[in-house]
Parts: sequence; C-alpha cells; structure tokens
Amino acid sequence: MTPTLAADVHAVTTAADGGALSFAWLLIAFPLAGAAILLLGGRRANAWGHWLAIAAALASFAWAVLGLVDLLGRAPEGRSVAVEVYRWIEVGGFRADVSLLVDPLSITFALLITGVGSLIHVYSVGYMSHDENRRKFFAYLNLFVAAMLVLVLADNYLLLFLGWEGVGLASYLLIGFWQHKPSAAVAAKKAFLINRVGDIGLLIAIMLMFTTFGTVAFTPLFESVGGAGQGVMTAIGLLLLLGACGKSAQLPLQAWLLDAMEGPTPVSALIHAATMVTAGVYLIVRSGPVFEAAPTAQLVVTVVGAATLLAGAAIGCAKDDIKKALAGSTMSQIGYMVLAAGLGPIGYAAAIAHLVTHGFFKAGLFLGAGSVMHGMNDEVDMRRYGGLRKAMPITFATFGAGYLAIIGVPFLSGWWTKEGIIQAAFDSGGVTGQILGWATLLGAGLTAFYMSRIMFMTFFGKKRWADDAHPHESPSSMTVPMIVLAVGSVALGAVLVFNYTLAGFLAPVVGAPHHEFDLAHMVTSPYSLIALAFMLVGVAFAWVRYARADVPVEAPKGNFVTVAAREELYGNALNEGLFMRPGQVVTAASTAFDNHAVDGLVNGVARWIRTGSENLRLVQTGFARSYALTMLFGAAVVVATTLGVTFA
Amino acid sequence: MELYTPIFVLGGIGAAFVVLSMVVGALAGPKRYNRTKLQAYECGIDPTPQPVGGGRFTIKYYLTAMLFIVFDIEVIFLVPWAVHLDALGMFGLVAMVLFLANVSIAYAYEWRRGGLEWD
Amino acid sequence: MIPLGLPEPTAPALTTQAPDLDYWLLSPLLVVFAVGVVGVLVEAFVDRRHRRLTQLVLALAGVGAAFVLTLLQVGSLPEQGAGVGVAFATVAVDRPTLFFQGTILVLAFISLLLIAENRDGESAFAAQAAAVPGSEEERAHVLAGSQHTEVYPLVMFAVLGMQLFPASNDFLTMFIALEVMSLPLYLLCGLARRRRLFSQEAAVKYFLLGAFSSAFFLFGIAMVYGYAGSVHFADVYAAVGAGGAGVIEDGEPLLLIGMALIGVGLLFKVGAVPFHNWKPDVYQGAPTPITALMASCTLVAAFGALLRVFYVAFGASVWEWRPMLWVVAILTMVLAAVIAVTQRDIKRLLAYSSVVHAGFVLTAVVAASADGLAGAMFYLAAYGFTTIGAFAVVTLVRAPEGGAEAGDLAQWAGLARTSPFLAGALGLFLLAFAGIPLTSGFIGKFAVFEAAVAAGATPLVVVGVLSSAVTAFFYVRIIVLMFFAEPAETAPRVLRPGGLTGTVIGVGIAATVLLGVFPGPVLDNLLPQPSAEAAVGTQPSGAGIVPEDMFVR
Repeated sequence: MTPTLAADVHAVTTAADGGALSFAWLLIAFPLAGAAILLLGGRRANAWGHWLAIAAALASFAWAVLGLVDLLGRAPEGRSVAVEVYRWIEVGGFRADVSLLVDPLSITFALLITGVGSLIHVYSVGYMSHDENRRKFFAYLNLFVAAMLVLVLADNYLLLFLGWEGVGLASYLLIGFWQHKPSAAVAAKKAFLINRVGDIGLLIAIMLMFTTFGTVAFTPLFESVGGAGQGVMTAIGLLLLLGACGKSAQLPLQAWLLDAMEGPTPVSALIHAATMVTAGVYLIVRSGPVFEAAPTAQLVVTVVGAATLLAGAAIGCAKDDIKKALAGSTMSQIGYMVLAAGLGPIGYAAAIAHLVTHGFFKAGLFLGAGSVMHGMNDEVDMRRYGGLRKAMPITFATFGAGYLAIIGVPFLSGWWTKEGIIQAAFDSGGVTGQILGWATLLGAGLTAFYMSRIMFMTFFGKKRWADDAHPHESPSSMTVPMIVLAVGSVALGAVLVFNYTLAGFLAPVVGAPHHEFDLAHMVTSPYSLIALAFMLVGVAFAWVRYARADVPVEAPKGNFVTVAAREELYGNALNEGLFMRPGQVVTAASTAFDNHAVDGLVNGVARWIRTGSENLRLVQTGFARSYALTMLFGAAVVVATTLGVTFA
Repeated sequence: MELYTPIFVLGGIGAAFVVLSMVVGALAGPKRYNRTKLQAYECGIDPTPQPVGGGRFTIKYYLTAMLFIVFDIEVIFLVPWAVHLDALGMFGLVAMVLFLANVSIAYAYEWRRGGLEWD
Repeated sequence: MIPLGLPEPTAPALTTQAPDLDYWLLSPLLVVFAVGVVGVLVEAFVDRRHRRLTQLVLALAGVGAAFVLTLLQVGSLPEQGAGVGVAFATVAVDRPTLFFQGTILVLAFISLLLIAENRDGESAFAAQAAAVPGSEEERAHVLAGSQHTEVYPLVMFAVLGMQLFPASNDFLTMFIALEVMSLPLYLLCGLARRRRLFSQEAAVKYFLLGAFSSAFFLFGIAMVYGYAGSVHFADVYAAVGAGGAGVIEDGEPLLLIGMALIGVGLLFKVGAVPFHNWKPDVYQGAPTPITALMASCTLVAAFGALLRVFYVAFGASVWEWRPMLWVVAILTMVLAAVIAVTQRDIKRLLAYSSVVHAGFVLTAVVAASADGLAGAMFYLAAYGFTTIGAFAVVTLVRAPEGGAEAGDLAQWAGLARTSPFLAGALGLFLLAFAGIPLTSGFIGKFAVFEAAVAAGATPLVVVGVLSSAVTAFFYVRIIVLMFFAEPAETAPRVLRPGGLTGTVIGVGIAATVLLGVFPGPVLDNLLPQPSAEAAVGTQPSGAGIVPEDMFVR
C-alpha cells in the first residue's frame, strides 16, 4: 500500500481563535432558521417569507466568503480547520459530537452552494410569483441549502449521511412541489426510491468503515486506510460509488434525473444541475484516500463516469423537452467529473474545477430555459420554439454564454475545465487512459451537437409557436441572476484554472497537480486540437440539421438509435424488468414470510408476554395484606441472597 | 452460637408464658358470657361497626387525644434538656424556645380551627 | 443476669459541648421548614378567602429561595474533599446532596404549580376531607367552595423530609427524614376531590405498607448497630473495613441481615419489585398533582438515600450487597415491564413505568462507581421532569361527565384529532420514557447502562435493554392509540391547559428536549472531573470498594 498524496495532509487544526471559522455552524444555521421560520410562520409569512429566505441564503454566502478569507490567511498546510459545534453526549469512553471540517474542498462547495443558491433564490421570486405556495417553496429551498451545507461541511461520514438524506428529502419535496400533477408526484417518488438504493450503498459503506476502522470521522479514518485488506477496501469503494451513482444520476441509477425535471425550473437549476447532483463527485473526491487504497473500485468509477458521459450525451441529443435535454447534458457532464474523480489525485482538482464552472453555466442554462418557458406559457417542447432570440434578447445572450461555455469554446469556462479532464484522462496512462481519453473527446463532440441543437431549435430558425404564445422577456429579478451566471460562465474557468489557482488551493486536501501550469501546452496539445475539431464537427452537424433545415413540429419517427436515446436508452424498461418485477416477487415473498414466520415469532413472543402479564396482574389483588405478604417474601429473598452469597 | 443462647432462652420463656397463661385461663377460668363481654374492646369507645348512625364516632376524640400527645412529646424533650441545662447553656435555651414555639404553633392551629370546641 | 459477653458498660460521657450548627449549610432545609411552619400559622390566622394565594406565594417563594441557597452552596463547597459534615456530621453537604436537593426543589416547584391549579374554583383536592364521601356535609362544603389549603404546608414538610433524606449521614437522621417525608404524603394521597373512596383506600394502603417497610428499615438499623456499634455512616464503613467493631464476635450475619433489611426499607420507597405493590394503587388513587410530586421528588430523594447508604455506609461491602441488588433490579425490570403491558389505566401504566425506571436506575447503583452515581443522578433528574409533564397531561383529560379524570386508555383513542398539542406533548414524554434518541430518556438510559457495563454488569444491561423493548411496546401503543385510532364513542372532555398546567407541560417538554439534545453541561458537571491518575485508580469497584472521593465520609 503506497502512501497516498491525500492521506498525509490531514493535519487538522482547530478553530479556537474566535474567527469566522469558529462560527462556521452559522453557515448552516442561517438557512435552517429561514426554513423553520417559513414553515412554522404559516400564512403570516407569505408577504415577506421569500425575502427572508434570500437574506438567509445571502448571509450564509457572506459567511462562506469570510471563511474563505480566513482560510486564505492561513498557511496552506493549516487550512484544514475542525470546528466542534457541540458535544452531544460523553459517557465513559464513548463520545459523540457534531463537528464541521472547513478546508479548501468544503469551502469551495460552500461558496458554490450559497453563491449559486442565492442567485437562484432571487430568480425564484419572479419565477414563482404567481404560485400560491411560494412561501413553502422558499422554505424548501432554504432547507435544501442547509442540508447541502451539512453534507459538505461534515467532518465524518455519519453527519455527511445526515446531510445526504436531508438533500434527498428537499429534492423529493421540490420535485413533487406541484403534486397536483400526477407526473410530478410519480417523479418525486421515483427519485426518492432510486436514491434509496444509493443511500443504502452509502449506509452499508459507512457501517463497513466503522467496523473496519472503528471510526467514521474523515481524518482518523483516512490515516488508517492502509491497515485494511484489499477486499474490504474494494467493497467500501464500490458501495460508496453506489451511493454516489444514486445522488449524481450515474449509470445504473440514472433514471430519476430526467423525470425530476417535473419540478419547478429553479429547482432543476439549483438541485438537479448545480449542486445536489454533484454530491456524488464530492463524496468520491472526499473519500479519495479510500479509493486510492482500492484500485479496482477506482477503475469502476472511471468506467461508470465514461459510460454515463456518453449515455447522457446520447439522451441529450434526442430529447425534445428542453429541460430533459439539459438533464441529459447534466448526466453527461457529471460523468466527466466522476471519471476525473476516479483517476485519483491527478483528476481531483480537474473534477472540482469542472464541477464549479458547470455549476455556473448549467445553472445559467436552466434559468434560461426557465425564462423561455416563463415567456412561452410553460411550453417545454423545443419543436414549439424557434426564433426566440428577438423576443428574448437577454435570455438569448445569457443562454448563449452558457452554451458557448459548455461546448468548450476556447478560453471560456467550460473549455478550461474540460481540457483539464481530457488531459488528466490521457495522462493517467496505459490503454485505460487512452480509452477514457477518447471517450471524453467523443463526449465533447456530442456535447457540441446536442447543445447546438437546443440552441438552434430554441432561438434560431422559424417561429413554431403555439397560437396563444406571446413570448416576452422575463422580469429583472430573473434576468439579473442569469446575467451574473453568464459572466461566471464566461470568466470563471480562466480565474480558476489559470496558474492552477483552484488546484493549488485544493492541493492540501486532494494532492498537488503533477506539473506546472503551461498555457501554451494547453492550447497546442494534440488532444486540445482534436477536441476543438470534434466540437466544430458537432456544431456544424447541428447547424445543418436544425438551423438550415426546417424543424418539424411533430417529431419524426427516427431510426432505432434516436428512438433508443429518446427512450433514455431503455433505462426505465431495464429498471422495470431487472428490478421492479423481481422486486415485486421478492416483496410478495417477503411479505408472506413476514406475515407467517416473522409475525408468528413476534406475535408469539408478544402473546407470551401478554399471557405472563395477565397472570402477573393477578398478584396485584388490591389487598394491603397480600401486598405486605409480598414484601415479606421479598425481604426473605433479599436477606437470603445476601447471606447466601457470603456463606454458601 | 452460645452468644445467642440467652436470646433463644428468653424467647422460649416468653412463648411458654403466653401458651401457659392461655391454657390455664381456658381451663381454670369461669365461662359466663353476656352481650357486653362478647364485644371487641376498643379503647373505651363503642366498637365498630355500629349498626345505625353511619358507623362513625366523632373526630373530636382524636383531636383532643392528639393535643395530649403534643404536650407529651414536649415533656419528654424537656426532661433531658433540664438535666443538662448547665452544659448546653445558651444554645440549649434558644433551641428549646424554638422547639416550644414550634409545638405551640400546632396547638394554635388546632385551637383556631375549632379543634377544642366539643360541639 | 444473663452472661452476654459484652464489655462492662461504662457510663457515657456527658456532652458538655453544645453542638455547633452551620446555619448557612442548613439554610435550604431551614427555609423550607420555616415556610411550612408559617403555612400552619397562615391556616390558623389568615382569613379563609386569602389563604390559597398566601400559601401559594409562600410555598413558591420558599422553595425558590431554598433552591437559590442550594445553588449558592455549590460554590461554597471546599476545594479539597467532597464536602462537609454538619451538625456532628449527621448531615452531609456534598455535591450529590446538593444535586439531589436542587433537583428535588426544582421538581417540587413545578409540582406546586400543578397542585395550585384551580379550575373554576375546583382544585384537585377534596373540599373537606373529613366529610363522608357522598354525604350532605360534603355537598355543603363543595357548594361553599371550601378548600384544603393545608396541602401547601404538608407539601413543604414532605419536601423538607425529601431534602434531608439524601443528605442524612447517619441511620437515625435518615429514619427521621424518611418519616418526615412520608407522613405528609400519606395524608396528601387521601385528599383527592373525585373518587374519594379510591383515594382514601390508597392513602390507607400507602400508610400501612409504609409503616411495614419502616419497621424493616428500623430493624435493619438495629442489626447494623449491633455490628458496628454506631449508626453513623463513617463508623459503619470503618467497622466493615476492620471486620466488625468487636461488639459481638463473628457479627457478620448481623451486618448482612441489617444491610438487606435497610435495603428493603429503601427499595420500598423507590418502588422496586417485589416492594412495588403500593405504587400502582397509590399513584392511581392519589390526586394527580400529588402523584406527580411522588413520582418525581420522592423517587429522587429515595434514590439519593439509597445511593448514600450503599456507597458510603456499605461502601466497602460491594460484593455483599451487589447480588441482592442484582436480583431486585432484574425482578423489577422484567416483572414491572411485563405487567405494564396489560394495564388499561393511564395512571397505573405510568406507575408501572415508574417501577421499571427504578429498575434502570438500580443498574447504575449496582455499578458502584462514580459513573454509576453520575448516571443515576442524570437519569433521576431527566425522568422527574418528564414524568411531571406526563401527569400534567393526565390532569387535563377528563371523563365526558362528572369531571373525573379519564383514566381508561380506551377513552384516549384519537386524542390527537381533537387536541394535537396535548397528544404531541404526551407522545414526546412517552418517547422519552422509551429512551428514543434526542430525548433526555435516551441519554439517561445510555448513562446508566454504560456505567453498569463498565462495572461488569453486562447481563443486567442485557435484561435492561430487553425490558426497554417491552416498555417501548406499550408506550408506542399509547401513541398509536392517540394518533391513529378512531376516537372513542365516549370521547373525553379535554380541558384547555391553564397558565399553571401549561407552564408545567412546557417545562416538561423543554427539559426533555434540552437534556436530550444538550446533555453535556449537566452530564459533565455532576461530579468533579477525576484527574487522569485518579481515573486510573478508580477501576470500578474491582476491590469491592466504592471510590471514596464522591461523598463526605
């Protein structure tokens, strides 16, 4: 077992200096309090509830910035700060406390969550202005932010799991927010169920880690990974991956994400594009030392990432529903990140960098899609759009910025970070590296195609609007966040990647980048050029099919590939055949077993206790004399015991 | 074991006395019963249950009796205190005054709440 | 003369020195006593109309002042040693004493609020206890609005006994405290306004059995005196260490029998099986506010005394008394839990629940360690708050006609539909009883079981956990009944909690949640943190000796 890069840097300092970090729990407390006030406040809070929610999110963001400043003020190796929030119980040798870990990795996530989260809060004021349950919506958004912060700030797997379940709950509530629509209710249930599968994987992994290492706290656990056997480590790694797949909609647990688009669009932007779905990537990167001790599991991670990256892109190519097409894209982009995270230390920083930029441009794209829907009477079918660039100039511009970023136009955000992943894939070496590398390149081409398809079908070409559509630009509460995100989509990548700013910042946690930053190499490397070529081919192909040619309002039948992609590569059918039907059989069988064997046993014990109880009750006659007799008998027993033990 | 012998002997004597006196009484005593003799003896009051009148006797009896106990206890504490008055000095005096005051409070309560009025 | 083999009695030296009383350290007791006495005077001299308010204010102020004094004394304990002995060391003022006294005072304060609840001029107490139930005289008193405000002085005297009980440092003082505590309680039990015969029956039973147990206790004291030649705890401890005081040769049986019989007297007060029979009948019959007082304060006081007797006086005889407490603890946890399953009356159920909880605390006593003491202390405080809250809820649910409490659980069905807050509060209390995490009950159970395991009493803990499972069954059954069952045909009349009862329930909820979520401040400060080497030294009672640094000797 070679010592890993990440394992030797967890010299954790404690925040006892009263700075911003000592109160890191405020990060979580603000949105949590917001959610509580909004939920408990009832209708009284209708008028001002959303502003309170925004204030809570902004306060949390401000605190995260303070935390970042505090961290930057420390020496790089001292930037892992443990913050003990409170000690729940300490009895004898057992101790359970709640502690947070603020380090470059978690603060990066905290900034992303609160930053993008705040923007989406603002956007939602306009988007949800006509919804009578707007207060509840904002309460759930706050709840989600709090839970997500718990997830990334936890210093142990148990607390992480609490946050993990919390975001799952918030996601469930928000997907099903319009539960009067049966499709939304079903989608929420589906997301919940599929996530449960992943959650169970994570839970078993946590139990396994506890039994193996005797702890679930990150620092001591990572220090002792070397002591465990290969088999155990592989099992833990695969189970963690299962958890990550559920949350991040990776194969084979991807099916819920497309249906989750039934939720309000700000939810799709925040939870199902920018933050929650990246929790899996966070989990893998955070558990780096575990995966590095289990190469087999790492390999599986990269394979899952590559497969999802291509599958998601394929789905994105075929969907006519703008949000579902974007959801396919999300799957695909997270596939990139998972792939990079599976590469080990050379990929961690690239994965996180792509995660951050993706958070911006994908959130921007979703908000743009929401803006379009807002102007088009909630129409989601792109075949009913067309030529909207005139009607919605700001939306067009911001969406366009995101579009250019995601397809990887050089020097925009997406290019910087995607190049990093492609480079890391090839750098990992060997045949595997080549295969993974070419998968990422192919994915880049597909991305360019499906994104261009969305772009052209929506904003270019002829108007294919429904008769009653009167597209108009959205109010400023919606456009301002879009503009901010668009700026991020354009510029953030350069800020993060240039000179390895982010990678250097993350280095104490995830390991240092392997070589010096070299812009010239980045631009002129053969893979970079190939990626550029693939991108141009993709855009051109889309241009031919969706901008020059007319797009039919009714979807053509298409060949079997298109149909398969439209059907989400038969993921649902697969789930149904592989899991649902056998599951129903197992359920029936276990119900029968439960009814007869288990209930029989339990009821038997219960009946036995009840019979004993009925008989013992009779001792309680109500006569003081018989009570006295019982006492006398008891005294005799007590005396006899005491004497007997000593003299017998 | 011989340590306990006297206790056993005493117990034996006690038991023997009870048995003996009952047996002798039963054998030698005259047996002329009447109604009054067959009634249970209860401290000079009419034994319970009484067939008519609610089966109760007045609570005043107990109130007066308790007053007697109050002063009884007072005397029991006063005697040893008086014997050691010199040794206990001022502390003893204060303590006894407090004690008497406390006892009087109970008395005052009974008096004010009509415990001393027989009607 | 019968040759007794005793040393020639020498005339005892006369006490020539007046006792030196530290009034400051006794002040919490004196304040409560003074308020009780003044309360009697109020009964004698204050006009009937003003009595209730005067008494209530006096009692609350007295208990509050006593609590403040107790708190102040925590700071004035000497740095070295566990505490100080007062009045010829018959009263021990140390950390456990102050904790128990403080807890008793707080719980008594809350109980007083419940006792004071006066709804439409009706308190929980009989208008005229001396009147025959159902008689014309009683009706006249009810119509005249008579009240027994003597309740307050009686409670004060009971509280005084409770304060002294865990502080007693010799057996005679402890016996006096026991009686001072018990006599007012016997009386209070018989004062229920409704179902008076039931209440009086409870009082008589409690009195008879209490007297019976006192006899055991006294007889035990006599035995131990025979062995040790003293009733003082420190002397008993020293005598055990020296193998007897030499009064009687081979006197060990005296010690063992005495220990067991004293144990009987104390176990009766805590209500452990098989000395528990009084509890269901008395808890059910007594006025519910008094039941709350007994279930919380009396239990704390009795366990305080139990701990002091077994940890101080018999602190060197752990091997001798542990088996008997094992037997009693197992019997208590198993039998009480099983019997509780088929109870149909809420107050009886809570009574059996109280018995089971006494069994759980006994597992901590068995540990004979600092952890055991701390665990028991936490458990008792946590349980006290929760149980008062539960009984406060009981006072609000009344039969549809007549105003008596609706004890029958069948009538509680579907309560959550009509009174969600009340049902939720009781649900929380029941979950705390069951020991669900994030309630105080969980932390308490955890603390006592942890202490027992550390002391090697794992089998006892296994029994305890199984018993918890059985008890959880009937607690959850009530919750299911309240929340998911169809309301009964004869739905009970649920009173709106007034200010006083509402406060009690609120405090119960707050304490249950706070002690469950933030137990640290309490748990950490129960006992002085042992230093590192001291912690090594106090290997739990491996030598059969309770660590010495917790109590005044």
